[in-house]
Amino acid sequence: MADTQIAEDQSSAETSTSKIVTLRIAKSNPEKDSVTKFESFQVSYERWTTVLDAILDVKKHLDHSVAVRYSCRQATCGSCGMKINGRPRLACFTKISELDSDVVTVEPMSNYPIVRDLVVDLEKMFDTHKEMKPFMVREDTEITPNSRELLQTPEQVEEYIQFANCIKCGLCNSACPTMATDSSFLGPQALAQAYRYVADSRDKGKNERLKIIDDSHGIWRCHFAGSCSQVCPKGVDPAMGIQMLRGYLLGFRK
Amino acid sequence: MRESIIMKIHYGTALGAVVLVAVHILYRITMMSFGDSLEYENVVANYKFIPYAIMLELILVLLSVHGFNGLRVILLELKQGKSYEKAVNYGCLASMAILIAYGSRTILMTSMGMT
Repeated sequence: MADTQIAEDQSSAETSTSKIVTLRIAKSNPEKDSVTKFESFQVSYERWTTVLDAILDVKKHLDHSVAVRYSCRQATCGSCGMKINGRPRLACFTKISELDSDVVTVEPMSNYPIVRDLVVDLEKMFDTHKEMKPFMVREDTEITPNSRELLQTPEQVEEYIQFANCIKCGLCNSACPTMATDSSFLGPQALAQAYRYVADSRDKGKNERLKIIDDSHGIWRCHFAGSCSQVCPKGVDPAMGIQMLRGYLLGFRK
Repeated sequence: MRESIIMKIHYGTALGAVVLVAVHILYRITMMSFGDSLEYENVVANYKFIPYAIMLELILVLLSVHGFNGLRVILLELKQGKSYEKAVNYGCLASMAILIAYGSRTILMTSMGMT
């Protein structure tokens, strides 16, 4: 009983800290027309409320028709990428309180076809990702009972490990200025993944991958704006990966 | 041609052009006053001095290759499509060849005194 009371007290104390934010949600349906309308909703939030929580709150209580894609709510699945106050972010990984604004505008990510409202079609990104052969290429891939594990030194792991953290959320492609004009560009996500495997000492598919990215719409179209690295929620640095790959193609790296 | 080879040429021509244009400008301002160096007789004399004429020809080639490849890259990023990209690639190559031919003709004629 005493425990319950404390919980209730905490709960009431927490409620008193809640503030109100105006959540502007971009609503569009390309199947009907190309018009994008912004609808505003007043949402109460706490210090820990994420943008995704607020959107789901709107969806639950104010407008059921808001289309949003999400799954894990912990920046692992990469489903809830969207533009929040003009910057590509994960809605589940962005607290309203950290935005430091009374108005939060959410829009679908740039450089992707819109499915509806905040949902974009990520198919092209997954296609270019597959194009990079995102798997170990070597003849003895299968570990047989007599074979050993493919050992690596910590230095060898360090070469690529941050690039293995990519969750395919697509924020980097959304922030990329080249992607905005060149629809055939492979994009920072795919190029970073190409580097992830090229730099892996266990992999033997380096030449195949370098051939794929050495295209008129491949690695050379990157202008090194660095916005891909700025927006990555997992701390991956695709811009650096791209420069490293260029090193292989220019003969500075072996 | 693979894009990496094209880009190696692109970077190489940029470096070469920077060096030779620097020599060209230094030549302008160290031999005489800059204004005098642009007098008709002095300009023609430069063309008739064969090593200098060769350097001008090299600058012409380096800047044409670098410039037209740069233009090709910009145009490829602006719009995509198989026939468009083919037109851009061959168009830039042809424009580059025409410019080099026309510039070489000027350098050659002036150095031979056909002014």
